[in-house]
Amino acid sequence: MTSPLQQKLKITGPTVITANRLTDGVVVWLKADGGWSAGLADAAVVNTSDDALKLLGVANADENRAVGAYPARVEIAADGTPRPVNLRERIRVGGPTIALPGAA
Amino acid sequence: MYVYDEFDRTFLQERVDEFRDQVRRRLSGELNEEEFKPLRLMNGVYLQLHAYMLRIAIPYGTLSSDQLRALAHVARRYDRGYGHFTTRQNIQFNWIKLEELPDAMADLARAGMHGLQTSGNCIRNTTTDQWAAATPEEIEDPRLYAEIIRQWSTLHPEFTYLPRKFKIAITAAKHDRAAIRVHDIGLRLHRRDGETGFEVIVGGGLGRTPFIGKTIREFLPRHDLLSYLEAVLRTYNANGRRDNIYKARIKIQVHEIGTEEFTRRVEEEWAQIKDGALALDDAAIDAIRAHFKEPDFATLVDDPPELEAAKADPAFARWHANAVAPHRKPGHAIVTLSLKPVGGPPGDATAEQMDAVADLADQYAYGEIRVAHEQNLTLPHVAQKDLPALWRALDVQGLATPNIGLISDIIACPGLDYCSLANARSIPLAQDLTKRFADNDRIADIGRVHLNISGCINACGHHHVGHIGILGVEKQDQEFYQITLGGKANHKARLGELLGPAVPESDVVDVVERILDAYVELRTDPKETFIAAVQRLGIEPFKERAYAAR
Ligand code: HEM
Ligand code: SF4
Repeated sequence: MTSPLQQKLKITGPTVITANRLTDGVVVWLKADGGWSAGLADAAVVNTSDDALKLLGVANADENRAVGAYPARVEIAADGTPRPVNLRERIRVGGPTIALPGAA
Repeated sequence: MYVYDEFDRTFLQERVDEFRDQVRRRLSGELNEEEFKPLRLMNGVYLQLHAYMLRIAIPYGTLSSDQLRALAHVARRYDRGYGHFTTRQNIQFNWIKLEELPDAMADLARAGMHGLQTSGNCIRNTTTDQWAAATPEEIEDPRLYAEIIRQWSTLHPEFTYLPRKFKIAITAAKHDRAAIRVHDIGLRLHRRDGETGFEVIVGGGLGRTPFIGKTIREFLPRHDLLSYLEAVLRTYNANGRRDNIYKARIKIQVHEIGTEEFTRRVEEEWAQIKDGALALDDAAIDAIRAHFKEPDFATLVDDPPELEAAKADPAFARWHANAVAPHRKPGHAIVTLSLKPVGGPPGDATAEQMDAVADLADQYAYGEIRVAHEQNLTLPHVAQKDLPALWRALDVQGLATPNIGLISDIIACPGLDYCSLANARSIPLAQDLTKRFADNDRIADIGRVHLNISGCINACGHHHVGHIGILGVEKQDQEFYQITLGGKANHKARLGELLGPAVPESDVVDVVERILDAYVELRTDPKETFIAAVQRLGIEPFKERAYAAR
């Protein structure tokens, strides 16, 4: 399942594997036990390319539960939980940055 | 209004059943993602950042009030209570669950709607003038031909797997409201020596490599429409590059082999099929025409006293001058409903608004609604005497912002708030701009300006053809925006010119304001529009001002 591109995976810091849940598209993160969570705080964090590749392999083998898996950089906050480092991943964690119509 | 027949309904029901089965097999693991993805795309289902997105076609931009109610129902029942009208006469729902998609589609199918031909490498939903069959400028209802194209292209065996998606737009009016010169094929209905036919424009498109389309035939008799389109598609299909998605669009082919050679190949192909099965006769065209029921227009006169009296209210007078256009029938008018309220996401409508517009369409507009590529709604047939009451009702729904065609009537794609391909956000920028330009006197004084925003180079927000175009780029995880000036989407379409280095998000609104301040100072008189001033002066004076304060 792992593409040649992913085999050359290089990571530069703490990394998690993220995807979208098959049934409803909700953003999920891979946990250390191989399950998926809709909370980034539960994600398995890896620090080496080998570990990231291994985790990505687990994710890709589970595409009946989550699709489009890829590694995402995180930073570790003072309380030890992972936080997204770029805007795209912040939006995936927190949802659109705008008030949704009708919600006001 | 096009009236679907039994065949169409059965066909849609079968497609829903088929998709229901495909979803079931995907959820059970019988189909893997690679197998399923093309199937969902064929039905208009994308996977976005947070959820599945469902894109529903609104063929030639025409909706009945019941169809709009069906969209409101889907928004409420399966989504989060709103939808996004796009630049290609589609609506997108952003929060649909895969598990519930078949039910949503079944509900839509009952109203004659679907997501076919809204994604994938097929001939997409043919778009047209939202003022079709209403504007006095037009020579014939272009939707007839859009429907003829729809019937020919839906599941055309030869064209279901094209090298790339293929978009057709058609207009029958002098003023092009359908952006036909930035489509793969643009068709302009016109008359020559008493005969009706098409100017055929090929190879327009935006995206990474934008081109204005080239005219390959000045006049194509209308009976030859399908055979000629088939010849264009075959020429493209035979030579199209499938090896490189960036080069697979017809615009690249026309550019690489040249307009003349491309035309020669099309004409050669056409000569062989011209008189074959695709030739349209009058009976075939009339049969389609019979499906477009003209409303039973009342006999009325222009400028009735109720209307004249209402103009004493400056707020009504302002809206009337901005959002109401002449109709071909005396005593009637075309009304544009702004989906660009100050501070709102451009093109979004809530389920409540959709239901309200459906009711107003029944009450005042013969039950018909149109979707404009500028991401607004239109009531094409309203009696002038009803305009004051309609305006009051629209105002309650936040649909009467008098900004049609003005700086705050922004086209914007979903951008990074929703889209997995985005570099930067589009919607918050649009919101900030509408807040800066919230003063109705000021925006009316600035006059006609089209500002278009895309969150990445795919150009879904048409930034290349905005008078002011804004393109989101990313630099070291920060949002930056490139600004272009001088683009146009109409019959004199041209691409905008890059103003200079990209500016950070926090500066964009100021830069736009400085550009417009410069225009107000530099225009010869208030009648010289922004775009005319840019064409007269070039971008230099605007560039100087735009970057002055940095
Ligand atoms: C949110 C999900 C969307 C995705 C994933 C998406 C994706 C794309 C991509 C990849 C292209 C480039 C195609 C190419 O160059 O061949 C494109 C083009 C385009 N999209 Fe979207 N789009 C989305 C939403 C929209 C919306 C909301 C609109 C209308 C506001 C829109 C209107 C267009 C138009 C008009 C083009 C044509 C540009 C051209 O001529 O190449 N799209 N889209
Ligand atoms: S222009 Fe880019 S960011 Fe905007 S909707 Fe299209 S693909 Fe997404």
